[in-house]
Amino acid sequence: MQVTVKVFRFNPEKDKKPHYETYKLEAEPTDRILDMLEYIKGYFDGTLSFRRSCAHGICGSDAMRINGRNYLACKALLKDLHTNKITVEPILGLRVIKDLIVDMEQFFAHYRSVMPYFINDEPTPPQERLQSIEERERFDDTTKCILCACCTTSCPIFWASDQYVGPAAIIAAHRFIFDSRDKAAADRLRILNDQFGVYRCHTVFNCTECCPREIEITQAIGEVKAAIITGRLD
Amino acid sequence: MKKHQFDVIVIGAGGAGLMAALYASKTANTAVISKLYPTRSHTGTAQGGVGAALGNEEEDHWEWHTFDSVKGSDYLGDQDAIEFMCYEAVQAVYELEHYGLPFSRTSEGKIAQRPFGGHTNNVTGKPVRRACYAADRTGHMILQTLYQQCLKNNVNFFDEFQVVDLLVVNGAAAGVVAIELGTSELHVFHAKSVILATGGHGRVWDITSNAYAYTGDGIAISMRRGVPMEDMEFFQFHPTGIYKLGILITEGVRGEGGVLINGKGERFMERYAPRVKDLASRDVISRAMYLEIKAGNGINGQNYLYLDVRPETVNKYAALDGRKRLDGTPYTMTGEEIIAKLPDIVDFARTYLGVDPVAQPMPVQPTAHYTMGGIPTNRFGEAVIDEKNTVMPGLYAAGEVACVSVHGANRLGTNSLLDLIVFGKHAGLRAAEFALGADFQPLPADPTEFTRAQFDAIRNAQGNEKILEVSSKMKAIMMDCVGMFRTGEGMQSALETVRELRERYKHIPLHDQGKIFNTEMINLWELGNLLEIAEVVTVSALARQESRGAHARDDYPKRDDVNWLKHTLSWVKPNGEIVLGYKPVVITKYQPMERVY
Repeated sequence: MQVTVKVFRFNPEKDKKPHYETYKLEAEPTDRILDMLEYIKGYFDGTLSFRRSCAHGICGSDAMRINGRNYLACKALLKDLHTNKITVEPILGLRVIKDLIVDMEQFFAHYRSVMPYFINDEPTPPQERLQSIEERERFDDTTKCILCACCTTSCPIFWASDQYVGPAAIIAAHRFIFDSRDKAAADRLRILNDQFGVYRCHTVFNCTECCPREIEITQAIGEVKAAIITGRLD
Repeated sequence: MKKHQFDVIVIGAGGAGLMAALYASKTANTAVISKLYPTRSHTGTAQGGVGAALGNEEEDHWEWHTFDSVKGSDYLGDQDAIEFMCYEAVQAVYELEHYGLPFSRTSEGKIAQRPFGGHTNNVTGKPVRRACYAADRTGHMILQTLYQQCLKNNVNFFDEFQVVDLLVVNGAAAGVVAIELGTSELHVFHAKSVILATGGHGRVWDITSNAYAYTGDGIAISMRRGVPMEDMEFFQFHPTGIYKLGILITEGVRGEGGVLINGKGERFMERYAPRVKDLASRDVISRAMYLEIKAGNGINGQNYLYLDVRPETVNKYAALDGRKRLDGTPYTMTGEEIIAKLPDIVDFARTYLGVDPVAQPMPVQPTAHYTMGGIPTNRFGEAVIDEKNTVMPGLYAAGEVACVSVHGANRLGTNSLLDLIVFGKHAGLRAAEFALGADFQPLPADPTEFTRAQFDAIRNAQGNEKILEVSSKMKAIMMDCVGMFRTGEGMQSALETVRELRERYKHIPLHDQGKIFNTEMINLWELGNLLEIAEVVTVSALARQESRGAHARDDYPKRDDVNWLKHTLSWVKPNGEIVLGYKPVVITKYQPMERVY
């Protein structure tokens, strides 16, 4: 079928302000939006710039705003969009560097701010630390996060203030807060109790709706809020 | 141009690179340079598990793991290195757990393990549960955990820097040149130790599970500086890629009881591997699938087969095989259990195939997956650059870019993640130790000269060739003629085509002449790497007149231990000529035997 793809373009070396270019191409219903962008770059305009790597929804490179909603371009198939008119724009709330590439630094700075690493300074046993199947299941959902930024850049609170730590960082904290082996939950809860922490979330659910890993993000944020209030991790 | 100085630099931020950085940074000033943000690295896509004989689920021994790996390698793996890896595996997996890796758990709270292709109880010959897993995202969890630990330990990162040249001075590594992707500025990294951990080059082939980033950069930059490559003819095709797209469907699906079915509804692996059937080695299964398709037994006569993990199918064949649970009761699976154990696979099948694997079989075909060959190293990750295994001072390689060789002619599933953590760690330790006792080599007078020459050629190319046409022709001919089955005639024609394409490559014009994220320029440079590697692969393969592991020739269908039980070394000379040499395989206690599954 013929598809019309309208793409946000901005090259700071040439353009004073962003504009849109429209391309027409033939595509199969099962094509990924990423396939179309590759085709446009290969045959129409080599200057079109975007990030991508694994092309199947695991590396998290190609988060984009497609027809107004955040997707990974490699996980959005033409048939799933139910239209042959596609608009592709950079994710919102982060500075556009060129075309569909945004500056991820603020996003990763928030990630780093929540101590997103396992902490347990007790002597290690000769074999594995034991953890029950139930204890492991407690934080399973948030281990899936691939740091694509779909969630954080779909959040209107983050659009309003990029000081808000954002859903992805809270998810990263949640993964450790609820891990029975980790010992630094209290420190992370203190960090997220900040004015730009977890209470900025007004449960808009945009994050949950667009997460390509189908993580129950809003629920996880709620669990972190509850843990701060109750001081309990169940 | 900007200059930086570190004791140790690590190129690539996948499992091997991050493990190396974690260990090197304990004692040496270390930086990681990566063309991707570290968490985007291809390690993250590994699914099924990391092999280690923990014996958490049933009796197992690292010596069994060793033998299985030797046999899997079709006796081309170096047995001292394989022993080292399989012995170290147990501690390495515990170490990952201590770093917080969220492994799935047994009912006793230990690390859960599942069966995988080629891993057996050496007494009974039956599959053994050796793959330590975190659902079906083990690689993702390894990558995340190691990146997190690197952040905790304040490792220096240069993210989105493309390394484009290896600096060699006085026969030793002196650093690298990198392009900062955001600005196109050149950076010179002066170092005492350089660890290459850049992964493989599966993008040479058409149907592949490999990321766009998998363009053999580490191999290309070191080949251009005179470092030989080892066993480049050996490239693994994984049996179960999603039809047409090549996206990986883990062997763990078959570990959990899934079976391959042909167009006649037969479980055809019974005929090719009577003992372990769908859990034979990858080369064996991929070839069987190819032969089934060639015989007209594809689904509806087409070039794909079914991977069936519907509960009724799993339970039927588990009963026929007499498969038991650990408590001795018959092995069964429900739809819910399949979704719980293989959530990402269910998601991939639904997204890309429109198939619900609990209710329908998945269309699959073999997919280019893993680079067995690469930069020759010893088991400490030191690059060894001739037939006598002479060490090149300061140069290290680990992970898929390296050839230790622990995978020989065919890698066993789960041994790639194992390779990353064991050899990443030892390369990091050894590189730091070397750096602490060595002086910096002087930098060349003009360290970016070669880089500028390469990129000037790319920027100024004249002609009307197209990058996608040149790359798709390379992928197609390599798939057809230097893929799962090879002939002298086919490979000769592939070689001619690749050489033509290397000429056409010079006439692909660069439209983007800017400096900010010039991805077109980088993609062109990467294609140059792939073309050069495709030629080395083909020349190495053409010379090897036997069939062994992943290298299967119709015109030489048998393994030939008399003439070919040896590693290929390939050098690219400055005039472009490829010269081959050979070195012996290290055999400790496993004499080559016929390989039957």
